[in-house]
Amino acid sequence: MAEVRFEHVRKKFGRDVVAVDDVDLTVEEGEFVVLVGPSGCGKTTLLRCLAGLEQLNGGRVWIGDRDVTSLPPRSRRIAMVFQSYAVFPHLKVGDNIAFGLRMQKEQDAEIKRRVAQAAEMLHIDHLLDRYSAQLSGGQRQRVAVARAIATKADVLLMDEPLSNLDALLRLEARAELKRLVQELGVTTIYVTHDQIEALSMGDRIAVMDGGRLVQVDSPLTVYDDPADIFVGSFIGNPPMNFVEATVEPGDGTPVVRLSGGSFPLPIDDIGPLAERELMLGIRAENIEVRKEPAEALIRASVVVLEPLGSHNLLTVKTGNDVLKVAARADLFPPRDSDVWLRIDPERIRWMDRQSREAIAS
Amino acid sequence: MSGESSARMRTILLHAGAVAMALWILVPIYFITAAAFSTQEAVFGYPKPLVPQISTGTLEFFLGASGVLPSFRRSVVVAFVTLGLAVAIGTPAGYALARFRFRGSDTFRLLIVSTRAFPIVILSIPLAVTFIRFGIDDSSFGLALMHTALALPFTVLVTSSVFAGISEELEEAAMTLGCNRLTAFRKVVLPLALPGLAAAAIFTWIISWNEVFAASILTLRNRTLPAQVLAALTQSPLPFQFAGGFVLLAPALVVIFVIRKYLFSLWGRVSR
Repeated sequence: MAEVRFEHVRKKFGRDVVAVDDVDLTVEEGEFVVLVGPSGCGKTTLLRCLAGLEQLNGGRVWIGDRDVTSLPPRSRRIAMVFQSYAVFPHLKVGDNIAFGLRMQKEQDAEIKRRVAQAAEMLHIDHLLDRYSAQLSGGQRQRVAVARAIATKADVLLMDEPLSNLDALLRLEARAELKRLVQELGVTTIYVTHDQIEALSMGDRIAVMDGGRLVQVDSPLTVYDDPADIFVGSFIGNPPMNFVEATVEPGDGTPVVRLSGGSFPLPIDDIGPLAERELMLGIRAENIEVRKEPAEALIRASVVVLEPLGSHNLLTVKTGNDVLKVAARADLFPPRDSDVWLRIDPERIRWMDRQSREAIAS
Repeated sequence: MSGESSARMRTILLHAGAVAMALWILVPIYFITAAAFSTQEAVFGYPKPLVPQISTGTLEFFLGASGVLPSFRRSVVVAFVTLGLAVAIGTPAGYALARFRFRGSDTFRLLIVSTRAFPIVILSIPLAVTFIRFGIDDSSFGLALMHTALALPFTVLVTSSVFAGISEELEEAAMTLGCNRLTAFRKVVLPLALPGLAAAAIFTWIISWNEVFAASILTLRNRTLPAQVLAALTQSPLPFQFAGGFVLLAPALVVIFVIRKYLFSLWGRVSR
């Protein structure tokens, strides 16, 4: 177990494709950090830089107190689970799990013990004599994880380990992988493009875009308080709503103006919000839908209603803006009918329209 | 109705074409084989019996003819030396082409193929002169060098497609598990590539075994079997020609049959 530190890490491909751009990130000992972002954001490249599978163009990588920047993968004391699992097809499952241990020249008895232990943890002890071709996708994924944890590496790296599983299996494997990593307590860096995976698994989430780290925070903070419009739109399903807005002092209480209406904002000091082009960010579940008009509500018309069981997802139009709203499951407003929205002022996240970054308030 | 019948017609034509092409190749092979395994007298006989009387007389006559056995032996030696050289040089090149993106790798690939577009006839005189100057004319080693040059494009392309079929992540996984590049290759890539590499090697062997033109130019007294048969063709009796044809044909056919799966992959078909 060890802490992992990226210092000003840069990685270019060819002359001008910058895959990782000046990334600083510290992963605490025993922490589970998820790198998440759209495809091509550099998250896998950053992971491969840590593994030693890519050479850096700048910066340093530390594991514990060792500068591993110029060490080959084998000397870094890491273990990696690949997206394709990379289970060696010419070796039996048992020999796959033992591979790293044999390379470390462990005693035969120790190898046997650790293989059995890793296999048991992943419930594949009955498959040790099979070849990869005789396994299902889910089993192969378990073999890859068992092989990685058997070496007891300082850091466990996982590159989209669940993305090749079908939806139902993925849900199951997600919970189990989280349990396993918590049990092992090993420092883990996990790459995924799936924001739900990121939210559900990580101690902290590191959101990447265009080779840069945009936000590193706990899942709830990233969800509730995105650092910019990109993070708000990328994390969460449905994405956070962003609509153009202005805030005016009003007489007494400040007023928020949207293209479809206005409502009071009960704060004392609108300081940084005054006279500024703003984007109002609000999650679908923080908008209340009512069938009757009342004070401080905004009128909207229903575009689409999608019943999702636990709630109904409404797409509504107010002025020029389209919003996704989570309505109660018993509310079925017909298409084109009017509804009235209450935007919870407490849950609004204000973004600057130009910089697209959050405004501290 | 008409669409259905025209589709049916197309299928029939396709099959007829395939059958015609197969016969075009198979009928001569059949006659050569049949003649090679009949008595010398039967070779001249007409009409041929549908099921010939099997006899090794013709083959024995061919193998007993002067110069045939030594040239047979020489052919085998040249083919094996070619195999060794071509695999030793071609496999690393194939690996590099499959694994590394380097400037001009596409051009390099094209250049490899284009060596085969250059007619060897034009090269023959300067080649013979050069070989005489180096004193490797009329020798098995010299000829093996030439055959290596001819076989290398195939060796490089086939081995590169073999390596390209082995996921790079397997190698990387091996490296995270304690291997360096070399041990990762030895412990993971090589075992997986071995069948394909063997196929490439055997194909190289066949290229040398079948090659007649360079062999005829570069050797005189120490001819390989194809060159020997070709040289003797005009003044040899019919049974000799048939038996010679069969001896040259059989190994090539068997080998192509065994490794056909890998040859398809060379042309972009999935082999596994």
